[in-house]
Amino acid sequence: MNLLSEPVGVSHYMIVGAVMFVAGVVCMASKRNLLGVLMGIELVLNGANVNFVAFSSRFLQSEEGRSLGLDGQLIAVFVIVLAAAEAAVALAITLNFYNNYGTVDVDRASELKG
Amino acid sequence: MNEQTLSNLLPVLLGAAWLLPLASFAVVVLVGPRLGKAGLLAGHVATGAILGSAVLSLLALGAWLYVFGFTSGQAAHHGGAAGEHVQQEAEHNAAARGRADASHGEGGDAIADAPEAAAPAVAAADGSTLSEPVRAGKRRARPAPMVSLPPPVKHAFTDDWYTLAEFGSLRVTISYYIDALTVVMFVMVSVIATCIHFYSIGYMHEELHDVTDHEVTLSDGSYLHRRGRFHRFFQYLSLFCFSMLGLVVAGNIFMVFVFWELVGICSYFLIGFYIERRSATKAANKAFIVNRVGDFGFIIGLMALWSSLGTFAFGDVPGQGPGIFSQVRNPQGEPPHALAAPTGMVLASAQERVAEIVRDHFNVPDVDPQSAWSEAVARSGGWRAEGLGYGLLVLAGLGIFCGCVGKSAQFPLHVWLPDAMEGPTPVSALVHSATMVAAGVYLGARFFPVFTPEVLLVIAYVGAITLLLAATIAITAVDIKRVLAYSTVSQLGYMMLSLGVGGWLAGVFHLITHAFFKSLLFLGSGSVIHACHTNDMTRMGGLRRKMPWTAYTMLVGCLAIIGAGIPFLIGLSGYYSKDAILAQVLSFRGVNMFHGNILFAVAAGGAALTAFYMFRLWYLTFAGEPRDEHIYEHAHESPQIMYVPLVILAGAAVVAGWPILGLTDLLEQARPLGDVGRGVMWASLAYPHEHASHAASIHVPATLAAAATALGGFLLATLFYGLRWLNPNEVRQQFPAVYRWLWNKWYFDEFYDLVFVRPVHFVAALAARFDRRWIDGLIDSLARWVRGVSILDDVLDRYLVDGAVNLTADWFWSLGRGLRNVQTGRLRQYVMLIVVGAVALTFLLEAFVSLP
Repeated sequence: MNLLSEPVGVSHYMIVGAVMFVAGVVCMASKRNLLGVLMGIELVLNGANVNFVAFSSRFLQSEEGRSLGLDGQLIAVFVIVLAAAEAAVALAITLNFYNNYGTVDVDRASELKG
Repeated sequence: MNEQTLSNLLPVLLGAAWLLPLASFAVVVLVGPRLGKAGLLAGHVATGAILGSAVLSLLALGAWLYVFGFTSGQAAHHGGAAGEHVQQEAEHNAAARGRADASHGEGGDAIADAPEAAAPAVAAADGSTLSEPVRAGKRRARPAPMVSLPPPVKHAFTDDWYTLAEFGSLRVTISYYIDALTVVMFVMVSVIATCIHFYSIGYMHEELHDVTDHEVTLSDGSYLHRRGRFHRFFQYLSLFCFSMLGLVVAGNIFMVFVFWELVGICSYFLIGFYIERRSATKAANKAFIVNRVGDFGFIIGLMALWSSLGTFAFGDVPGQGPGIFSQVRNPQGEPPHALAAPTGMVLASAQERVAEIVRDHFNVPDVDPQSAWSEAVARSGGWRAEGLGYGLLVLAGLGIFCGCVGKSAQFPLHVWLPDAMEGPTPVSALVHSATMVAAGVYLGARFFPVFTPEVLLVIAYVGAITLLLAATIAITAVDIKRVLAYSTVSQLGYMMLSLGVGGWLAGVFHLITHAFFKSLLFLGSGSVIHACHTNDMTRMGGLRRKMPWTAYTMLVGCLAIIGAGIPFLIGLSGYYSKDAILAQVLSFRGVNMFHGNILFAVAAGGAALTAFYMFRLWYLTFAGEPRDEHIYEHAHESPQIMYVPLVILAGAAVVAGWPILGLTDLLEQARPLGDVGRGVMWASLAYPHEHASHAASIHVPATLAAAATALGGFLLATLFYGLRWLNPNEVRQQFPAVYRWLWNKWYFDEFYDLVFVRPVHFVAALAARFDRRWIDGLIDSLARWVRGVSILDDVLDRYLVDGAVNLTADWFWSLGRGLRNVQTGRLRQYVMLIVVGAVALTFLLEAFVSLP
């Protein structure tokens, strides 16, 4: 099937989400800069968010559904809040790490290795 | 005041006099060292307490005299009873009666005071008195002794103060038994103790500050330096006085035993007062252990009495059945108060017959089993006639006398008393006069009604042996206190001899007079030691010029103890009491010629020896020229607080025996009721009544013998030591064996060492060897076995259990080391792993799990 010829559906959203997710993971795995890693995390989270929102489409729900049909959106909002909190904590760690070591290279942070 | 008031008053007065020293003891124990400078006030507290006791005792004596006067309720006994028991005595009778009338007649009239005349013959209704106040017609009875005599009277008050426990019919109580003897003993003990307390304040002043004891060398060669123990000395003195007074006032044998032991432990404390000196601790131990031997017999006697009579009480405590005295000497018997085996003892000895009766009663259906007992009691009279129960009575008497032997240092337990000289001198004075040794004689006198003639004969011989033994040893002793110690032993022998020949009054009389002059002599010797710092008489001499008070008061003491006096006219206190004893021995000889001859020879010989060694002591110490210039230079008269008691006691030693003071008449009121009578086991043994010894035919020769022997001893001592016409050293060289024998105290210590100490050591060594070889061996082998088991256990533990645990641990360790490499700390690597892992999981799910 040719996605370009199809009307926009869940599949398109999912492909965007998957691209974002993989881009995020690659970013996390390849960046040595801590801030880069954080950005990768944001991409992963938001890729997932896209999926949540896509799956809560009105067209994928049964007729008798009594809910408002906003489950996916709500989860997405939770994830955004969670991402904000996580970013705050991670940035604080980053700042402290920079204060102590004068760098934000994650490979230098090997104090806890066994 | 009448008898009723007195019966209420005396327990209060004497009880307070008894408890005052206890209060002082408690105070000194609790706050002694803080009382005044270095405890000086402790001495004052103790002295004040005993002074209070003395005052209360004198008040009690006054009250007694006010009610009863000096006359004896048993004066009626004089002529009458003598005729009843012993045939031989009849010849003395007329004389005895005549003399009794002369000496006691005036007093006898004064008896007729109201309560007795009014009271009927029944036991006193008020309940707290034993007296059977029937004395009317006493004078009438005298001319006709064979018709029914009025029952003799003895005033004694007894009751319980406090009941400690009741076991069935047995009551353990704190009770009192007060008669004239108790009152006199209270006065004697408290007055002498007061003098000794005052004296001690002076004598013990060294203990007020730190003391350097030159008789104790420490391991580094220096002398012991210790703190003064002034307060402790007085603490023990107070306890001692309390114990002795408690012993005297006690109304039952249980209480007697308790205070008896308290007296013993106090003497132990005081003899061992210089506890750091080895000799002092040994002497204290010796005194205590030797007394244990006697107390063993005492306990046997006590058990014999209690188990058969079921009571501890002396007298008839109101509402509690008859006491020991009434059971042994039945007041309703025929004649009254005659000695007989009490029903309890008869039944105890006839157990099998009683059991038979009980069996019979149980087998017969219609008979009440309870009646078995009454039948046994009814038949006990016949059994008594067969002699059953008498042996138990003899055993009880001998047992109690055993206790007296230990306390009063009689042969063969006399060895502790001379060693007791290790204590401070005031203690010796107290132990030797008023308390410890007096306790034994007092108990002998108190239990006199329980002693059978056979027991009395044993007592007489023990006393005689003791008096001769100690007197001979005293001749060679050179330690001034030891001479006095042996003299005490010897005089105690006199007292026991006197009790043993039936001379109750003479024995007690000598106890009282002896207490005065012996405490005087000891305090005097203490004064000498205080001045010379040595006990050795051979280094003294001529001291009378330096210390006249001590010298002349001691001269009075010496004269009193030898019984100096102008025959038939007047004399010092010892003159009267020793005469009474000799007269009683002579009176006894009239009935039992064989025993009497031996005992009289010993008594008279002892009197001569007494005079000899006492004046030897005085001459060596105070007369002649000084033998040691250094000591003589430093000698000085003691301070006033020490010689004033000497003067007081010297006064008492002079006058205590004077008939005008009535001490004998007072003691006569306490005479045990009933006569000694005749022996049952040994029928030929008979005892004359003590009043028979007043007969001129006995009294005159006795007085002459006493005076002659005393004079002989005195002259001999003067020849040897006063005038030095004879040289004692030559005599010593003439009889070296005798001298060595006496110098070594008849080898008693060596004998006991050989017979008792060595075997005990031998047995102990055997026991030690057994202990070491067998018991230790057993324990050692057990220990070795256990050790082997634990070694095995150790191996198992180490290799098996530890091996398994270590193996596991090692495995996990190596696992951990392996896994360690995975944790690199590189974030990006982790992310890669997560991604790869997630992708791998997805593929795995795809491959193996079929989703619907």
